[in-house]
Amino acid sequence: MIVLETLVLQQGDFRLEADCRFREGAVTALIGPSGAGKSTLLSAIAGFLAPARGRVLIGGEDMTGRAPADRPVTMLFQEHNLFPHLRVWQNVGLGLDARLRLDRAQRAEVDAALAEVGLAGTGERRPAELSGGQRQRVALARALLRRKPVLLLDEPFAALGPALRTEMLALVAGIAERERMSVLMVTHMPGDARAIAAETALVAEGRVAPPRPTGPMLDAPEGALAAYLGAAG
Amino acid sequence: MAGGAGELSLSPARIAGGVALALVVALCLGTLLPLVLAAEPGRGIGPADRAAIRFTLFQATLSAGLSVLLAIPVARALARRRFPGREALVTLLGAPFLLPTIVAVLGLIAIWGRSGLASRALGLAGLGPLDVYGLGGVLLGHVFFNLPLVTRMLLQGWGAIPAEHWRLAAQLGMGPGAVFRHLEGPMLREVLPGAFLLVFLLCSTSFAVVLALGGGPAASTVELAIYQALRFDFDLGRAALLGLVQFAICLVLAAGLLALGRQAGFGQGLGGPVARHDAARPLARAIDAGAILFAAAFLLLPLGAVVVRGLPALIAGLPAQVWPALRVSLSVAVPSALLSLALALALAGLVTSVRRGLLAEALTLMGLAASPFVIGTGLFLVLNPLVNPFALAIPVTLLVNAVMSLPFAMRVMVPAMRRAREDYGRLADSLGMSGVSRFRLAVWPALRRPAGFAGGIAAALSMGDLGVIALFADPETATLPLTMYRLMGAYRMEAAAGTALLLLLLSLALFWIFDRGGRWLDRA
Repeated sequence: MIVLETLVLQQGDFRLEADCRFREGAVTALIGPSGAGKSTLLSAIAGFLAPARGRVLIGGEDMTGRAPADRPVTMLFQEHNLFPHLRVWQNVGLGLDARLRLDRAQRAEVDAALAEVGLAGTGERRPAELSGGQRQRVALARALLRRKPVLLLDEPFAALGPALRTEMLALVAGIAERERMSVLMVTHMPGDARAIAAETALVAEGRVAPPRPTGPMLDAPEGALAAYLGAAG
Repeated sequence: MAGGAGELSLSPARIAGGVALALVVALCLGTLLPLVLAAEPGRGIGPADRAAIRFTLFQATLSAGLSVLLAIPVARALARRRFPGREALVTLLGAPFLLPTIVAVLGLIAIWGRSGLASRALGLAGLGPLDVYGLGGVLLGHVFFNLPLVTRMLLQGWGAIPAEHWRLAAQLGMGPGAVFRHLEGPMLREVLPGAFLLVFLLCSTSFAVVLALGGGPAASTVELAIYQALRFDFDLGRAALLGLVQFAICLVLAAGLLALGRQAGFGQGLGGPVARHDAARPLARAIDAGAILFAAAFLLLPLGAVVVRGLPALIAGLPAQVWPALRVSLSVAVPSALLSLALALALAGLVTSVRRGLLAEALTLMGLAASPFVIGTGLFLVLNPLVNPFALAIPVTLLVNAVMSLPFAMRVMVPAMRRAREDYGRLADSLGMSGVSRFRLAVWPALRRPAGFAGGIAAALSMGDLGVIALFADPETATLPLTMYRLMGAYRMEAAAGTALLLLLLSLALFWIFDRGGRWLDRA
């Protein structure tokens, strides 16, 4: 379980408050206008940004002062998830050993992870030879190998077309369920939230609202959510 | 640009661009023709000339290698640390560019010379004084000018690494070794060859540093040999042959740079530091602190010495010959900057009207690769039968300086012109704006600020130039840098130091006035 305890994030004029918890082993969507702080919140959970106040707890453990590598978290970015000069298998293998000294068993693990995301046999390619969707699949394969209980998605599929995005979301949902991962997913699309997120939290007006069941919340939007979704909601 | 009326209405601009192009090509390449005719290749290259060629390549290799090697830790430290004064230090890295070479040389002698600060410190430890003249001095001068340049190029490289990659590295728990292998190493492989070649090119055409710090025939470069052949031996054939050799060296280097396909950047390199989780170890901190202190001291001490030594001399009064030289310098620098700006503007209009950026690259590199001495020698050969070339010292210097600062002016003007076209070109087309009114209303407003900046650079470079004027000047005519060099040669170090400070202040003032002028026009 991810708990945000009287958390305050501050960057210049920007300020975001959060005091809520996200369900373990489930997908939670973060929805809200651009610039509201959805990505900033993920950065703080991943350890890239120190909170001004309050703390982040994951699985009951206080994350304050912990380096990003020491947190039980994998984050997928919108782009630049892969190093362009490394081959696909090396990019995945970084999830096992940052110095890339892999033994035979680990190489087999890398191949299995690639097969899992539908990229069997592409290990020797370079990221530039892959499509945008394939590149994010590679990043997902690495996330699989890292076996961290929390997966943070900072719109990694936003640049993909609708069909491909749905496919990727289904892949993530399947993996998360099987691996019992807790997923936090930033999105602009109510449809994405409906597709895989049991609960959704609104990030707007400097505040992270506690998550609520996605369906009812989107069916009858109120307040800031109604404003964000528009009259047709 | 999508053809139509806008394309046709560019024709006056294209004519201006064509004229500018013809002038620059004539100066950079056309001056080779008299060299070829005068070169007497049958005579071959003598042993002294061979030694000069060897030394040119040798010192340029070492200068470029040292500049690059030292710049790596400095740029890395600046890229990953935040500390008070960081911005000031990054700005300071741009200063040697505007600094007149001969002024920097004086500052370097004040630190590294026989009676300089470093020698005195060594004396306390019972060690003999340093001898700055020779290969060591040449390298010192070249590293002083090029370490900051490479540092800025690398700083840009570090800034271009996506923030996501640093976060990825932090998340994957990469240590310094892995960060170097996966993030910094690949970036350096991209940036370093271009940086090395650019510095190599600049050092192989450098004149004033070698003249003032070379200290004798053992450390003579091709440029210096041309100067001596023309100035002291009046051996036109030999000067011409050496000029061709110098051109060949530059051509190879410029072709190398063009083949690398990257812009020889003189960029701003001001990208803010990303939060770095890999650099917290004490050893990394110590290395970075050392690199930053080294760079600051290496750059600041000579500059400080110029001020400290120059101020009393400046207050006490400078020798009489300084004032006419000041007038000459200003009458060269200001028109030269305006000419350079006009050429840059015309050429920027031309190169941005063609789709490919290659013409701009090639022109920039041609200006970088052109040696003022090759151009000067060519002009000398053309003028010699017609008039006394020494009588034309000032116009020739003005012209050559304008061409020499053209690459830098174009670096600023071409992107500005391209932006102006992209932003307003179609709008101006659709409104049927053309000719002068199009330039006045749609193009010039977007160019005023960069034009002021580019003019400032050109003026400061011309003000501080000690190159072709040394070739052409008679004893009565001299610019401020030449006067300063003559004072140094006569061991009048006090007067030289005062003149150095005056020259430094004037160069900075000229830059400031042009730059402010551009901003003022932009506001008015």
